[in-house]
Amino acid sequence: MAGTAAPKPPETNRVGLQKKDYAGSKSTLCIGCGHDLITARIIDACYDLDIKPEQFVKLSGIGCSSKTPAYFVSRSFSFNSVHGRMPSIATGTALANRTLKMIGVSGDGDTANIGIGQFVHVMRRNLDLVYVVENNGVYGLTKGQFSATADKGSKLKHGAVNHMHAIDLCALAVELGCGFVARLFAGNTKMMRQVMQAAMAFEGLALLDIVSPCVTFNNHAGSTKSFPYAKDNEFALQDIGFVPAYDPQYEEMDHGDEREITLGDGSHITIKALEKDYDPTNRLAALNLLAEYHESGKIPTGIIYINEKEPRFVDQINMCDTPLSRLKEDVARPSKAALEEVMNELA
Amino acid sequence: MATAQASEADTGTIVNDFVLHVATANGSGSQTSNMVLLRALFGMGIPVSGKNLFPSNIQGLPTWFTIRANKDGWIARKQDADIVVCMNSETSDEDVESAREGAVLIYEESLNLGEKRPDCVHYAVPFKKLIAECCPDLRLRKLVINMLYVGVCAQLFGFDMEEIKKALGTQLAGKQKAIDINLPALEFAYKWAEENLKKVDPFRVERMNANEGKIIIEGNAAAALGLMFGGVTVVTWYPITPSSSLCEYLEEYLNRFRMKDGKKTFAVVQAEDEIAAVGMLAGAGWAGARAFTSTSGPGISLMNEFIGLAYFAEIPFVICNVARTGPSTGLPTRTMQGDIISLFYASHGDTKHVVVIPNTPKEIFEMAGEALNLAEELQTPVFILSDLDLGMNYWMSDRFEYPTEPFRRGKVLGKDELEKLGGKWGRYADVDGDGIPYRTIPGTDHPRAAYFTRGTGHTPQATYSEKPTDWKNNMDRLARKFETAKNMVPKPEIKDNGHAAGLIYFGTTTEAIREACVKLETKHNLKLDLCRLRAFPFSQEVEDFINKHERVYVVELNRDGQMRMALNAELPRFSQKLHSITHYDGMPLTADEVVEALVKREREV
Repeated sequence: MAGTAAPKPPETNRVGLQKKDYAGSKSTLCIGCGHDLITARIIDACYDLDIKPEQFVKLSGIGCSSKTPAYFVSRSFSFNSVHGRMPSIATGTALANRTLKMIGVSGDGDTANIGIGQFVHVMRRNLDLVYVVENNGVYGLTKGQFSATADKGSKLKHGAVNHMHAIDLCALAVELGCGFVARLFAGNTKMMRQVMQAAMAFEGLALLDIVSPCVTFNNHAGSTKSFPYAKDNEFALQDIGFVPAYDPQYEEMDHGDEREITLGDGSHITIKALEKDYDPTNRLAALNLLAEYHESGKIPTGIIYINEKEPRFVDQINMCDTPLSRLKEDVARPSKAALEEVMNELA
Repeated sequence: MATAQASEADTGTIVNDFVLHVATANGSGSQTSNMVLLRALFGMGIPVSGKNLFPSNIQGLPTWFTIRANKDGWIARKQDADIVVCMNSETSDEDVESAREGAVLIYEESLNLGEKRPDCVHYAVPFKKLIAECCPDLRLRKLVINMLYVGVCAQLFGFDMEEIKKALGTQLAGKQKAIDINLPALEFAYKWAEENLKKVDPFRVERMNANEGKIIIEGNAAAALGLMFGGVTVVTWYPITPSSSLCEYLEEYLNRFRMKDGKKTFAVVQAEDEIAAVGMLAGAGWAGARAFTSTSGPGISLMNEFIGLAYFAEIPFVICNVARTGPSTGLPTRTMQGDIISLFYASHGDTKHVVVIPNTPKEIFEMAGEALNLAEELQTPVFILSDLDLGMNYWMSDRFEYPTEPFRRGKVLGKDELEKLGGKWGRYADVDGDGIPYRTIPGTDHPRAAYFTRGTGHTPQATYSEKPTDWKNNMDRLARKFETAKNMVPKPEIKDNGHAAGLIYFGTTTEAIREACVKLETKHNLKLDLCRLRAFPFSQEVEDFINKHERVYVVELNRDGQMRMALNAELPRFSQKLHSITHYDGMPLTADEVVEALVKREREV
C-alpha cells in the first residue's frame, strides 16, 4: 500500500455539502465589479452556516445587483422580480413559508430611488430577511446615471455633479427600528465574511449597506463610491467575530473587552471596538456617528446598530408555525357548522 | 300639529310594492335606521334590496338610502321613489322637488314643505320637538333622531313591530345599552304617528313568505366567506373604496374561524400601497400560498407591472376588483363596470387574464373559492370582477352551500414526484399539451426542485434566454394555456328560445335585465334571448350564442362599451352584430332604462 496515499475526501460542512454545492452560474457582470466580491461572501456564509440550499431563497429586484442571485447557490429557489419591489416579494414569501431563510439583493437605485417606499416599510415590519444593498451610487444597466445614494458634490464619469443630498440607508434603517444595520465595503473581505454570517443568523431584518464600486461607471476621481476612495476613506469601527451555535470555541474565548451579542439560534457575535469606543446598541449614538462621518466624507464600516430583541414579523402577526403553503383542507377550510353559524346570523 | 293632505290620485291600497328613499347626512347614524327598516321587511318575508348612495365623505355630506320592497321579487334599482323621507335640511328642497308625482313625503315639520308639492302626500313630523321629548341626553339626539323616522314609517306602512325590534337587535349586535337608547325613541315616534297622523297614502306592508331560507348580505362579505371556505391563506391589501370592507370582513371571519391553538392559520397584512400588496401576493403565490387581495380600478392600475410579471412567470393569486366610477378618483362611492379592458388585458406586452364575473352574493361566494382553484390550476393571476353595487349594497340571497370539493392545487411536483422523474423536469415545459407547466414550491426538499423565477425571457427549463424562438414558443404556450382556460372558467348562463335578437349582460345589471325582460314581453311584446357572461376568456357557448342571433345587444355600465370591445377583439367576425346599450352616470341600472333603450333600438330594426 505504501506510496499510494488515499485521496483526501473533499471538505464538507455539517450538512454534508461541499463549497461547490453553493456555487451559482458564472457572473456576467463587468470584471472587477464589487458585486462579485459580495457574491463570494454570500457563498462562504451559506457554506459556513451549513445552510440547506432547499431551505434558502434568493430574491431581488432589477439592476446589476439584482442579477447576482443567479451567481450563487443554484440549488436554491430564486425570484428576480420587479424594480424596487424585492421587499414585497420577500414579505409574501415569508407569509407563505416562514421556515425559509431569505436573502434579498438590491442596489442603490433599486432601493433608494424606485424602491424607497418598500424599503421603509419592510424595515418597519422587521421581516426575517438579509437585505443586501450593493451600493455604488450609480445605475449600471442604464449606463451611469446618479442614484439617490450618490454623495452631494460627487461627480459622474463625464463630469456632471450631484447637487442633492444623499439618502443614507443605514441612518434611515436605524430610524425605522431595524435591528441589524451594518455598513460594509466590498473590498474588506474579512469584515464582510463575519458580518454576512452574523446577518444570516440574525432573527429579523438585517440590512447590509455595502459600498460596492462600479468599475465601469463610477470608479473615477470625483466619485465617493470608487475603489480608491473607499480604500482611502474606510474607517473600520470594530473587529467583528462570529461564533456559530455549535462551536465550542465560544466557551474558551477570552471574553475581555468585547461586546457579545447572543442570537436566537444560539450563535454569538463578538464586537471589539477599535479606535473609537462605539456602542452599537445605542440608537442615538448610531445616528450621531452616521451624521458625523457623513460630514467628514469617511465611510465607517462595521455593525452600526444591533437590537436582537424585536419580535419578527411572522410573530408580530401571530402566524402559526406550520408554513401556510402546506395547510390542508382540514385546517384551511372551516367546518360546515361554521358556515351554518354565519348563515343563521344573516337570516 | 302635523297635517296630512291626501293627493287626488290616491285610491286603493298598494301592498308590498314601493321604493322608500331616505335622505340623511353622512355620519349621522342613519345606516342603522335604514338597516332596521330593510331587515324588518326582510323578516316579514317581503323581497327587498337596499342601496346606499353615499358621498365620498365621513361626516356631514348628504347621503341617501333606497329600499325597494317588491312582492314579485323585483329588487333592481328603480328611478323614482314612492316614499321620500327627508331628514337632511340641506337637501330637503331638492329631495322634495325631485320626488315623483304623487309621492309620499315625510319631513321635519318646521321645514314648511307643505306648499311646494301639492301633488304629493305630506306627512309633516316635528322630529326636533319629538327627539327633545324622548331623548334627554343632548349628545345622543343627533344620532337617535333617525330612529324617529323608523317609528313613523313602521306605523304608517304597517310594519310588524316585533320584526322591527328583532331587526334593531340584530343591527345593534344585541348591545343592550344601545337598544335601551334607540328603542324607546322608535316606539315614541310610532305612538306619536298613531295618534297624530291620518293615513292617506296607499302603501302598506303585509307579511308574506318569500324569504324562506334566504339571507341578507353585502357582496364583499359573501366574497370574504367564499375565500375563507376556499382556503385562502395569505391576504394582503391596501384600503380603497369600495373594496376595503371585503378584506375587513375577511379578516374578521378568519380571526373567528381560522385560529388553531391560539395562532392564525392565515396572514392578513395591510400593505403600504397596492404595488406592495400585489408584490406580496406574487411572493406568497410563488411560495405556495393561496393568496388574495381586493382593490378597485386605481389599485389595478398600480398593480399592472406585477400583474404582467405574474402572468409571465406563471404565479397564482387572486385579485378581486370591486369596481367604482373612474378614471382616477372619479366617483369613488358610485358603481361602474368600467374596468373590463384594464382587467382583461392588464399590463404591458402580450397579456390576457382569466376573469370570473359574479352577479350575486351567492355567486361571488362560489366564484371566490373557484378563483383560488383556477389560479393554482392555471398558474396565473385570476381576477374576480365585482363592483360597488354588488360589494357594498345589501342583497337578499339564497343561503350559501358548503363547498365539499377538495382544493384543486394544480400541477405541483413534490419531493416524491421529483425522485420518480430522476430530478428531470422543466418549469416551463408543456408536458401535457395544455399549455400548463408543472411547478415546484420553494422549500421542496429535493436538490433539483429549485428553479430561477424571472421576468426575463426563459427556456422551458427556466434558464435565461433572449433567443427569438424561445420567446415566441413561450408566448405561444401561454396562449395555449389561455385556450385551456376557456373550458375551465364558469360557463355563461344562457336562455335561448330561438328569438332573433339576443342580449348579452353580466354582473350587477342582472336584476334590472330580468325585470326589463318581463316588461318588454308583457308591455311591448318584445322577446330576446339572454346570455349572461360569467367569465373571460369567452367560452364556445358565447360564440355560439352570438353566431345564432341576428343582432346582439351588449348592456354594460360604461361609456364606451368595453365588454363589446372585448367581444369584438376576441370574436372579430361578429363585430357588425354587436350593439352597445350603455349606462354611465354612476348609478346602478334600472329596468326602465333597459326597456326604453331596447324598444327604441328594436323599432329601428
